[in-house]
Amino acid sequence: MSAKEESWQRAEIAGPKKALLILKPEVVGAMVKKAKRPILVVGHLAAEEYSKSVRMIDYAVRIGKATNMPVVATAHTVNEFIKEGFPATSMSAMDIGSRLADSEWKGLDGGGSYDLALFMGLPYYMEFVILSGLKHFSTNLKTISLDRFYNPHASWSFPNLSVKDWKENLETILAKLGEDRKDVNV
Amino acid sequence: MARKGVHVKIDELKSDFGLLKNFELSVGRVIEEKWTEPMGPTPFPSVIALRDWDMKLLQRYRPFYLPYCDVCCLCTFGKCDLTQDKRGACGLNMASQQSRIVLLACCIGAATHIAHGRHLVEHLIEKYGRNSPLDIGGLNIDIEAPVTRLVCGIKPEKLRDLEDVLDYCEEQVTRLLSSTHTGQEGSNLDFESKVFHAGMVDQVGMEVADIAQISVLGFPKADPEAPLADLGFGIADVSKPTILVIGHNVPSSVGIVDYLTEKGLAGKVEVVGICCTAHDITRYNSMAKIVGPISWQLRYIRSGLADLIVVDEQCIRADTLIEAQKVKTPVIASSEKNCLGLENRTETPPEKTIADLVENRVPGVLILDSDKVGEVAVETVIKVAPKRGKFKIIPEIEKIIEAAKECTECNECRRACPNDKPIPEAMKAAAKGDLNPLAEILESCVGCARCDSACPNDFPLHSFIVKAGEEKLWKEKFKMRVGRGAIQDVEIRNVGQPIVLGEIPGVIAIVGCSNYPQGGEEVAEIAEEFAKRRFIVVTSGCAAMSMAMVKDEEGKTLYEKYTGAFDAGGIVNVGSCVSNAHIAGAAIKIANIFAKRKLRANYEEIADYIHNRVGAVGLAWGAYSQKAAAIASGFWRLGVPVVVGPHGSKYRRMLLGRQDKPEDWYVLDARTGDKVYVGPAPEHLFTAAETKEEAIVLLAKLCMRPNDTSKGRAIKLTHYVDLHRRLFGSLPSDIHLFVRNNTDIPITMRDEVVKVLEEKGWQEQMIPDPTLLPRLVREKKG
Repeated sequence: MSAKEESWQRAEIAGPKKALLILKPEVVGAMVKKAKRPILVVGHLAAEEYSKSVRMIDYAVRIGKATNMPVVATAHTVNEFIKEGFPATSMSAMDIGSRLADSEWKGLDGGGSYDLALFMGLPYYMEFVILSGLKHFSTNLKTISLDRFYNPHASWSFPNLSVKDWKENLETILAKLGEDRKDVNV
Repeated sequence: MARKGVHVKIDELKSDFGLLKNFELSVGRVIEEKWTEPMGPTPFPSVIALRDWDMKLLQRYRPFYLPYCDVCCLCTFGKCDLTQDKRGACGLNMASQQSRIVLLACCIGAATHIAHGRHLVEHLIEKYGRNSPLDIGGLNIDIEAPVTRLVCGIKPEKLRDLEDVLDYCEEQVTRLLSSTHTGQEGSNLDFESKVFHAGMVDQVGMEVADIAQISVLGFPKADPEAPLADLGFGIADVSKPTILVIGHNVPSSVGIVDYLTEKGLAGKVEVVGICCTAHDITRYNSMAKIVGPISWQLRYIRSGLADLIVVDEQCIRADTLIEAQKVKTPVIASSEKNCLGLENRTETPPEKTIADLVENRVPGVLILDSDKVGEVAVETVIKVAPKRGKFKIIPEIEKIIEAAKECTECNECRRACPNDKPIPEAMKAAAKGDLNPLAEILESCVGCARCDSACPNDFPLHSFIVKAGEEKLWKEKFKMRVGRGAIQDVEIRNVGQPIVLGEIPGVIAIVGCSNYPQGGEEVAEIAEEFAKRRFIVVTSGCAAMSMAMVKDEEGKTLYEKYTGAFDAGGIVNVGSCVSNAHIAGAAIKIANIFAKRKLRANYEEIADYIHNRVGAVGLAWGAYSQKAAAIASGFWRLGVPVVVGPHGSKYRRMLLGRQDKPEDWYVLDARTGDKVYVGPAPEHLFTAAETKEEAIVLLAKLCMRPNDTSKGRAIKLTHYVDLHRRLFGSLPSDIHLFVRNNTDIPITMRDEVVKVLEEKGWQEQMIPDPTLLPRLVREKKG
């Protein structure tokens, strides 16, 4: 697949302002490190298998552990985090979306608003509109889509990727965040 | 009741007073007052009459906008980039633009139902007379039109009375639509208030349409034991000539059934339907059968089973004529709203039209006379069926395998699929002779066929999927209870108290279309979850069909397992889209019949009552249309929360409460005027759920109301906690917000709930007599 600013679902067109492509995943690691208050939002598709060896939720847990950033599990996904022994916060996609759009929201811990929100595992079209809401109505929030597909309303997004390339990108990000790099087998 | 158009003409009158010649008197409106209840504050409310009420709701349930598009292209200044805080050339910003689009959608939806109602009323008046009485439940129903009475302040008694009601609805939609013109409304919240108005008017339009057809066409009249109809792809005897009717407006289908009956042809022709026309024709006559919801259109047409297609209006594929031509099936369009480019043969002698259709000289015709549609459809189908020989365009398996070998897995089909189905992978398997993955896709296929359009090889992928899943399709044989119409007054009397006190834990209305994320079985699963838990489950439209399409181990559908009564554990099919008005009507009647609140033009008070006391929630799991948006907005104004499926996020705006803002959750205690914190109940007015598990837990939670007694709240909390624990794997983290005192705590969960309450620093709250309206406070402070 080519590294273009092409929405995965063809008709989900955004613009004039569209997500910048993440061509060097190390940059994501650097942005997360630089962020004062990052947050990770994980949808229910994260618990489904991309292929025999890949579950997105495993990466969510590793990112959460590597960074200590809060993780919000949408829909019933918290069940999967509980099975993994990881303390995610359960909140619906619409609830976390509307709170992130509110610049006065003090966050899950009351410590202040977030400046970087990473998304993965929501249905493509649902993430599309939530990221759009955040693009238009949040004042100081940047967003990153960590899904395998280009989602144009984010501030930054991967292009449309193969599973293997997507995994490699996430491994690179995790390495940048201080985790030991693992071999990618798909 | 008010009526218009009284005209008196006297050519010559001789009397003791003298001679009167050529006397003519026209009176615009005559009041025949039979309803003794005094007129309430808002008869025939204007666009802004209920604005204060709307703003109360909107302060609590704030819009969260989800722009689908960053620009506005509605005038020639545009396109205007509205990104972030930019304003367009007209001065509008993104929030207002989104609310404007929502209003446009709701106006489209309301106009569609109202125009449907107008056509039905005109048609029925023409056939049965203006004085035909309205009767939707005989002695079991005194409040025949609760929505109309509440909104308009009138008591309609005859068909003619509905004309005034429709005049009002049409005027309101015109006014609302005008406010979306460039340079009109500038406030997003005022747009939202107008959205609510559109929804309220939509409910009136729907009620008019359904009470007219129930009264005159002999549909079931509020009958909990309404008969079971056959439903499914494989239900018809397609060895017979088969007429497929599609749409929502039943007169043309009635014309077909009547003609078959009159000519003694009833057993010789099959009449099957898709979407709400199917609902309504099975309410009319048991000879008709239902194929399925709207997503069944293409699979049925391409399978060649229909020898003639009659379309009326709403939710009909725009390419029906093209698809029908591929299988040599003639089409009759029967609505001015959907002419399909066909020649108008309304005044043509039927024999000529029949001959032209049979000889394929025309692909279809437009006939705007339901009796003539009946004659032409029946006589044509009898002659066309043998010629067609059930010609189909669903390919044989060998053709699919052959095509699959040429598939390049370019992913264009998947990228066009609304549900991101792995069609390329399924084609890869098909190339090796394994069609199971394609068959699996049919389970959750919404039937849009965007995959066909996207394929660079022009493979008819939807047909491939249908062929692969054909075996299961043919086994589709189910039973659905036909639409019963309204809820009886006596049923309301029986359940009013347990609902308001919370002892029946809620009313779950599962309605809407079939744009499901994972197929219709989820709808059946959700319905049964709540019926088993002794909620009242109400349903209509395509959702009512989808929940019939699952059988248990004994081969029974939900309609065969659960009562059709409006009672705990019932699954109540009210009927087609327009029957949704009866669901609102039931909530209104609880306030009026059980609680004795004044009904007449008393919208604000009744809505306040419903919002604070009636634990009703709507679920439109597959909502796709503008009509569904309008239906939802009618419930919002009544204070009833609505949940949509994930595709519903594309409606561009949610109305979300914030449980982290305690200041939002105060009501007035009507006994004292004190402000009392009641917790986030109900938490949202409109939201999209991502999964069925989320929807189930959310529905249970959204049934809580400030007025719940402790016994009722404990029952509701039991369901919420139990479902949360089962589906989310843990206790809900917000349980402390819904426990007001110790007796609210479910006994079986006491220890673990008390532990959470202690951790959260919970404090006991009082239970008020809740209202959001200061005028309802009986003893004013100060």
